[in-house]
Amino acid sequence: MLKIKNLKADIDSKSILNNFNLEIKPGEVHAIMGPNGSGKSTLSNILSGKKGYKVSGEVLFENKNLFELETEERAHKGIFLAFQYPLEIPGVNTNIFLKTSLNAIRKANGEKELDAIEFLKLVKLKAKNLKFDEEKLNRQLNVGFSGGEKKKNEILQMSILNPKLSILDETDSGLDIDALKTVADGVNSLRKKDNSFLIITHYQRLLDYIKPDYVHVLMNGKIIKSGGPELALELENKGYENFN
Amino acid sequence: MREKQIDKLKDYKYGFTTDIENVRAPKGLNKEVIEFISKAKKEPKWMLDWRMKAFERLKNLKEPNWQKPKYPKIDYQDIYYYSAPKSASEKPKTIDELDPKLLETYKKLGIPLQEQQRLNGIAVDAVFDSVSVATTFKDKLNEVGVIFCSISEAIQKHPELVKKYIGSVIPLTDHYFATLNSAVFTDGSFVYIPPGVRCPMELSTYFRINASQTGQFERTLIIADKGSYVSYLEGCTAPMRDENQLHAANVELVALDDAEIKYSTVQNWYPGDEDGKGGIYNFVTKRGLCKGTNSKISWTQVETGSAITWKYPSCILQGDNSIGEFYSIAITNNHQKADTGTKMIHLGKNTKSKIISKGISAGFSDMTYRGLVDISSKAKNSTNYTQCDSLLMGNKCGAHTVPYIKNKNPESNIAHEATTSKISEEQLHYCQQRGLNPEEAVGLIVNGFCKEVLQQLPMEFAVEAQKLVGISLEGSVG
Ligand SMILES: Nc1ncnc2c1ncn2[C@@H]1O[C@H](COP(=O)(O)OP(=O)(O)O)[C@@H](O)[C@H]1O
Ligand SMILES: [Mg+2]
Repeated sequence: MLKIKNLKADIDSKSILNNFNLEIKPGEVHAIMGPNGSGKSTLSNILSGKKGYKVSGEVLFENKNLFELETEERAHKGIFLAFQYPLEIPGVNTNIFLKTSLNAIRKANGEKELDAIEFLKLVKLKAKNLKFDEEKLNRQLNVGFSGGEKKKNEILQMSILNPKLSILDETDSGLDIDALKTVADGVNSLRKKDNSFLIITHYQRLLDYIKPDYVHVLMNGKIIKSGGPELALELENKGYENFN
Repeated sequence: MREKQIDKLKDYKYGFTTDIENVRAPKGLNKEVIEFISKAKKEPKWMLDWRMKAFERLKNLKEPNWQKPKYPKIDYQDIYYYSAPKSASEKPKTIDELDPKLLETYKKLGIPLQEQQRLNGIAVDAVFDSVSVATTFKDKLNEVGVIFCSISEAIQKHPELVKKYIGSVIPLTDHYFATLNSAVFTDGSFVYIPPGVRCPMELSTYFRINASQTGQFERTLIIADKGSYVSYLEGCTAPMRDENQLHAANVELVALDDAEIKYSTVQNWYPGDEDGKGGIYNFVTKRGLCKGTNSKISWTQVETGSAITWKYPSCILQGDNSIGEFYSIAITNNHQKADTGTKMIHLGKNTKSKIISKGISAGFSDMTYRGLVDISSKAKNSTNYTQCDSLLMGNKCGAHTVPYIKNKNPESNIAHEATTSKISEEQLHYCQQRGLNPEEAVGLIVNGFCKEVLQQLPMEFAVEAQKLVGISLEGSVG
């Protein structure tokens, strides 16, 4: 599904990712762990199509060169990023945003757009599953939402859009234990044989609830070690500093 | 890859010119030209005298220069003050007798005038350069006593009303452009709603500048008699030209006891090209007088066009319990400039005013909100609420808020809120990550930002205005 070969990324001629390689197959869950500043968000930004990086190497998504696609085209093809810092958009109603987003993606894929009633039915169900206060959906997007609510809102959007590849950038940071479980439930309910996940975190805590197939350790812009779920525990015990 | 967008200016779909034979007054500003205009309109002597008085006063006035947008000196002798299609100078009796070129022009602008194609429920006065060429649904309005015609016709047919109210809200000597307008005004609309009548249709005037080197000096007068109601909308467009053309209008509204006037503007004059060449100077004086008790005047404006927009639709709240409202969306892109806002002058007791202003600037443009709230010592128990929001796109444009507040009454209350925000690259990226292209993303954000004002427009026009907001900002992202 996703193949990253020799990815190198610079910003303002400072090297951030270097010789980065990763392959994710359909249905797999990969976790990337790494200390602050190791390049985790840079990776998710680049995969999502954010501008401002000088990149080289190759990234294939379902055998298509990702660098040839605009951000929204990547979204249409099923790439979703749960942002580390979800954006506030004043004036824009959350429900309207979600509906516009879903319909833009459906339209791009030649599917019928949902009308207001169909959409509300869907969003109600998903919000309930995630214990997301429905009343918040009538507020401006992320404006006045707590940190945890913003993160949950990302997972709500993910579950509505049902993407092929979901990238979660530190979605667990700042969540209390209950919220953490709900988020994990949200992810687990989308786990199917065609849906893949790239879960970025620096704590192993989340991985107690979402069992990854692979764990990778990212340091200074490259993966220094890969393994199974046990790697996360090892990392937790040793800490990043002694890991090298 | 996404197709790169079309040049915004090719998108100004009203930029065409109508090739039509004109009758013009000689170039320049002088007594003879004013006499020419007055004669062409078959005006009575009192009207000509009034114009001449304004012209005399003009000699002692100077153009104001406190506004933020500066412009090159205007040579007032180098402008045509009167230009009319030849066919319209002898006004035809019916719309069917109109020059087909004019009919075609208005059709292209989306304002069909012919009987069978007319917009439902909207009566239109069509002003082409210096003359009104047609007014629709006149008979139907006549049945309920509503007068809706060009100001030229009103001067001839309803002199007592015109005489009584013209200049009663904007005095002859108010300021340079208002006085200039009083001397040389050509056409505009006249509305009178009799007591107790709720006008059965939207009234609307469509202003079109066509001829080159010509100024348009529109004059509009709306009177809502006791207990009446009217909703009026004006639209404006002009061809694309390299020169700057002057549109200096005076609009006066009078609301008597328990009357309400809702005045909406969708201003889409040619804004000039991408480099700021050409475009209309839209220097307009609009003022409403809430003369009676419990009267209400509400201004709604969507200002997207013009090279420079300079206007402050205002309310004088003279009657006790009267209400003034101002809802504004102003958008500047490329090199456009706007200095706009309102004045709320509270004179009566228990008067209320509300100001909601949404300014959006993009490109290299510059936008100023300037507003005055003045509560006099007699205006006991009066309130004002002002909310002024600016949205910036990119970092080469400017937004400024200049509120003037004078409260001489301790029992009255003024509340002012202002915000400035920016559509950030991050917000756009976020929307795009959710499948929206940049235009859809900007459209969504901007419409959310303007929602409160768009909701004020008559339904028939709200959708159009929403589209216009999107088009005006095209090319400002990505
Ligand atoms: N816009 C930027 N300009 C300069 N340096 C940046 C920028 N964004 C990120 N960096 C740097 O790149 C490195 C990786 O950042 P990031 O990918 O956000 O790390 P992580 O998400 O792993 O904490 C850090 O050293 C950070 O300071
Ligand atoms: Mg990060």
